[in-house]
Amino acid sequence: MILASATGFAVPHIDYTAILPELILIGGSLVLLAAGALNVRHLPTRVYSLLSGATGVAALIAGIVLWQKVHGGGHPLTAVAHSLVIDGFSTAFVILSACIIIVSSAIADGYLRREGIAGPEFHALALLGASGAMLMAAANDFIVIFLGLEIMSIPLYVLAALDQRRAESGEAGMKYFVLGAFSSAIFVYGIALTYGATGSTNLAQIAGYLATNVSTSNGLLLAGAGLLLVGFLFKVAAVPFHMWTPDVYQGAPTPATGFMAAIAKVGGFAALLRVFFSSFHSLEASWQPILWVVAVLTLVTGAVLGLVQRDVKRMLAYSSINHAGFILLGLQAASREGMSASLYYVFVYAFLVLGSFAVITVVGGRGDTSHAIESYRGLARRQPLLGFGFAVLLLAQAGAPFTTGFLGKLYVVEAAVRSHSYALAVIAMLTGAVAAAFYLRVVFVMYSLPAGEAAPAMALADGGALATGTEPAAAVAAPAGESRGGVLVAAPPEAPAGAATGAGGGLRLRAASLGIAPSTLAGIAVTVLFTLALGIWPAPLFSFVHAAGLLF
Amino acid sequence: MSVPADFYLTLSAVMFTIGAVGLLVRRNVLVMFMCVELMLNAANLAFITFARELNDVGGQIAVFFVLVVAAAEVVVGLGIIVAIFRRRVGATADDVHVLKG
Amino acid sequence: MLHAAFLIPLFPLVGFAVLVVGGRRLGNPLAGWLATAMVGLSFVTTVVVFAGLFERAPGRRSFTQTWWNWFSVDRLHVSAGVLVDPLSMTMALFVTGVSTLIHLYSIGYMEHDEQFPKFFLYLNLFVSSMLLLVLGGNFVMTFLGWEGVGVCSYFLIAFWFDRPSAASAGKKAMIFNRIGDAGFLLAMFLIYERTGSLQYQTVFARLGHVGGDSLVAIALLLFLGATGKSAQLPLYPWLADAMEGPTPVSALIHAATMVTAGVYLMCRISPILHLAPDAGHVIAIIGGATAFVGATIACAQTDIKKILAYSTISQLGYMFMAAGVGAYVAAIFLMLTHAFYKALLFLGAGSVIHAMNDEQNTKVMGGLRALMPITGGTFLVAWLAIGGVPPFAGFWSKGDVLLNAWGYSPALYVLGALTAVLTAYYLGRCYMLVFSGKARWVEARATGDGTSRGHAEPALEADTSNPNVPHERIAAPAGPASHGRLHPHDPGWVMTVPLVVLAFCSVFGGLINLPFHPSFVFLERWLNPVVGRALFNPHLGAGSEIIFAVIDAVLALFGVALAYSLWRTAVYRREVEPTFLERAWFIDWSYDRLLARNSTRMAAFTSAVVESRVIDGAVNGFAVLWRRSGTVLRRVQTGYVRNYALGIMAGLVVLLAWVASRTFS
Repeated sequence: MILASATGFAVPHIDYTAILPELILIGGSLVLLAAGALNVRHLPTRVYSLLSGATGVAALIAGIVLWQKVHGGGHPLTAVAHSLVIDGFSTAFVILSACIIIVSSAIADGYLRREGIAGPEFHALALLGASGAMLMAAANDFIVIFLGLEIMSIPLYVLAALDQRRAESGEAGMKYFVLGAFSSAIFVYGIALTYGATGSTNLAQIAGYLATNVSTSNGLLLAGAGLLLVGFLFKVAAVPFHMWTPDVYQGAPTPATGFMAAIAKVGGFAALLRVFFSSFHSLEASWQPILWVVAVLTLVTGAVLGLVQRDVKRMLAYSSINHAGFILLGLQAASREGMSASLYYVFVYAFLVLGSFAVITVVGGRGDTSHAIESYRGLARRQPLLGFGFAVLLLAQAGAPFTTGFLGKLYVVEAAVRSHSYALAVIAMLTGAVAAAFYLRVVFVMYSLPAGEAAPAMALADGGALATGTEPAAAVAAPAGESRGGVLVAAPPEAPAGAATGAGGGLRLRAASLGIAPSTLAGIAVTVLFTLALGIWPAPLFSFVHAAGLLF
Repeated sequence: MSVPADFYLTLSAVMFTIGAVGLLVRRNVLVMFMCVELMLNAANLAFITFARELNDVGGQIAVFFVLVVAAAEVVVGLGIIVAIFRRRVGATADDVHVLKG
Repeated sequence: MLHAAFLIPLFPLVGFAVLVVGGRRLGNPLAGWLATAMVGLSFVTTVVVFAGLFERAPGRRSFTQTWWNWFSVDRLHVSAGVLVDPLSMTMALFVTGVSTLIHLYSIGYMEHDEQFPKFFLYLNLFVSSMLLLVLGGNFVMTFLGWEGVGVCSYFLIAFWFDRPSAASAGKKAMIFNRIGDAGFLLAMFLIYERTGSLQYQTVFARLGHVGGDSLVAIALLLFLGATGKSAQLPLYPWLADAMEGPTPVSALIHAATMVTAGVYLMCRISPILHLAPDAGHVIAIIGGATAFVGATIACAQTDIKKILAYSTISQLGYMFMAAGVGAYVAAIFLMLTHAFYKALLFLGAGSVIHAMNDEQNTKVMGGLRALMPITGGTFLVAWLAIGGVPPFAGFWSKGDVLLNAWGYSPALYVLGALTAVLTAYYLGRCYMLVFSGKARWVEARATGDGTSRGHAEPALEADTSNPNVPHERIAAPAGPASHGRLHPHDPGWVMTVPLVVLAFCSVFGGLINLPFHPSFVFLERWLNPVVGRALFNPHLGAGSEIIFAVIDAVLALFGVALAYSLWRTAVYRREVEPTFLERAWFIDWSYDRLLARNSTRMAAFTSAVVESRVIDGAVNGFAVLWRRSGTVLRRVQTGYVRNYALGIMAGLVVLLAWVASRTFS
């Protein structure tokens, strides 16, 4: 507790190496903005994307160095007058956020060039948002958590509203902003009440205070914790604080949706896990039942409403609500295993959601509009690799074995079972099965024939790969001129150009002329590989996450 | 001599509630946003009250952070609102409800 | 140099991966050469590792190579890795060696097939799986390979899947193998439950704490798995049908390698069998019975591949007999030599079938000896080798088994000796029908296949009983134009080289484990650290061993002479080809009547009533319930931002109410 001293403040020593990843991201963002301002949109988008990616790589390296330092030393560091803590937990999230920035830069690059959106805004905002998430993970003070939350959220509001050509984007930004501000206000009030009850905003000092003062019936403290919980649950899209999610996910530009879905969950859960595992650990008996109810509501709502969606982005929004329920399962367990399981799930989810929305970006086509499930019909036949990648990502979200998604679900459910929340585990698995239905529906649509196609095209080539020679003729009428800015038109080379230009509905034609930028494809490939490789060989990620959870 | 802390806290709670209810019942986006500001200021009042009660400067510092963040929020929020409602008459939140279900 | 062990299964796997991606682009014959080269590289690696192992002191010839930690559940830690020891390396050596030869042969044999690259893709995957099975350092790895070879076997039996008989033969193999696999799985559960591990060395080290009954149960469950994979009574009928696959497949998978996996498993778990002699009795008796039954059936078959199939079943029975009496070295010795001469027989049969435009009926062959000297000569060698004529390889290996059988029980010895006579006899019959006598195929072709007899097919499927349908469709179409213009000749070098190499091995293979003097038993000394000495080794003096050797030789020559006198000129002798044997003791027929039809009926009932009404009804009802609630719930999502704020507020109020109730109660 810092007592007021009339003589003035002691300037705290700042260990800049400890906050290097955040500094790199903020610096990168400023450089991007400056470059954009000075060059007045003359620099090609590629340069901005590369700069953003390079910033992410630098932050990743800084994060790994920090990890080595913390991991080797074995004890956490605190920085900036104990308002930040650099431990395995925060460093793991720093690394994850940096990875998200790298992959997201690659994915957004293709989108920005396809849509002809010049300028550095997207990347600059994304970098700022990621730095906010890192700050939330490293925060050791409620005020810093609040700062991180806002640094993360405000760029996300703008990202959601970035596409000015579509009214939905503006609506999404407005809704996200109003509700986000509302929840922030609630969060700040929660900080104020907690401060009043414990006399500090520092997490460690609060934990210390609660350890010495048994105060389970302290109304002020419980109300403060409750308000804080509402703020967090809003960010991670838990029911009943979730209602912004489907609208914002659907309305926002698709790559922004992917980034937002990943980074908001990362930041939100990082802070949520830290606060409720360290500071409010002694209040466990009070918050566990609340989280039980919230987790059930979240799981069920996500699964049920996902079933009835026709828009893939909206469907995935509900799916992400369902995932949030699964992550809450680990938190609700209030155990070491639960902590590791939630951490693991967040890692897995971030890559799954990034990859999925990247595929949706590609399929959405120019204008970012064709997101109906129907526009996926026959995708796996037109674009076997893309279809396969999406199938992997969706199956992983459904929890198919040999993917990280399966292991994530397995670990959180296991944690729930170990803490004797049997009913919750059963409900989670049931909703997982229901959710699998809507993932599989998309997979099924992707692998089925476009309406009116003849059955003989179903021939399988050697080794199980889909034959490109049997491309539906109507689906390949992809005029190369329709792509611009160096975007690759990925029409199959075997396809006779312009064969059957007249046939096929407009929907199919638009879907067929998917331009896939190599950078976007690389981003998708990374997420798919991550999902498959670590699903088959889970040991590295799991031991990493376990170490991160231990180094608290 | 001095006003008891409970009075301040009650005022703060009332402000917070007015802000929250206002956000629920008003339809003008700008007014809704003013309600959010009211809630934030309720929190600020609570911070200052507690800081005085605890004789701790931390709460007062927190107020500055909240003020700065609120200002940043206003900038961004107004930007978004202006962008949306540039071509509309009035700024009613209920006008935008394409996204639902 | 020993660390190269991981490359052994990797090379064929790489070949498989390359063929999956670019098999069609490589095409014919490049895909075949690539596959062969990969298996060849694997063979070379095996030789190198083998040599490295050989240089070590006998006590240090076993080590585990762990690749990575595969998965951990509770106490169970399963690592991906191999166990390199004399037993596994011996197996790997012969698997890769024989596979290389058969890959080479297949390049010639399959050259006209449209699915040429796919064939080699499966073949490479098979070799990789087989090597995992053999080298696997724990039961799970072995099981992985076990299932892998099963799947490849299924794909390859049903390779010509547009033929109903091939498709149903594939299914049959799958079903019989699944029954066995269930035993394997249960055994693994039991092993884990009793010892807490699945790693071979850990399990064997902890056997002392496991009760005798559990050991017998484990051994018998694993033996059930082995009976499925190695086609022993009662799970043998699939192997005869498996001959629907291309002949190189029959040679590689259904004669030389995969079907011996069961025998390998028995040798691998020899420490368990040592402690569970009751299981050993069962294995020895089943093995002996299978050997005898298989040999009798082979005496009355007319299809050349069926003869060889039943012969394989019979020889595998011999191996199990040896393993059951604790003579693991004898089992491995017989397995090695059998791989040589049985692969040779199949490849020879393949050459004949190739030359005869896909004819498999021995009754319409004859007189090929002069036209196909290399095939005929090597087939002769193989016959004498399998028949146990000295000094060919089979004489030594079979003698070893019989000697151990005598030490165990004279009755088993008599069964084995009878089988030995029959073996020499039925292959003699086959040789005589195919290679000597008159060239009956000239008249058969000229008269439009009239002499092919309808009941020549012992299988139950009606659709296979028409020999007019070409059995293999590899060669140019055998239409009416080719009638009477058949010019059988030896195939090209890619097919004859493997024949000659295998014939060489069949002649001299016995050298690796000669009896009479302790310094000659190389194989026994090599394998000794792994499997130990034979349980029932009679320890007879050199004199008695010579007596037994003479008896064996006489029995073999008697069989040869019998075949020669009966079949030198004759084509039909119904008195020695009774229907009872031709129809394989009606075992398959009774399976069909008793089990297959009834379970089909039950399946129909389940599908019509239980599945579609009860289960589907429940599932659909559940789905409808969820969808309905979704349709209702989505109305809450109005699109109005203040309603969303109301949601947050409601949540907040409920939460605060809960807090208040806790605070003020």
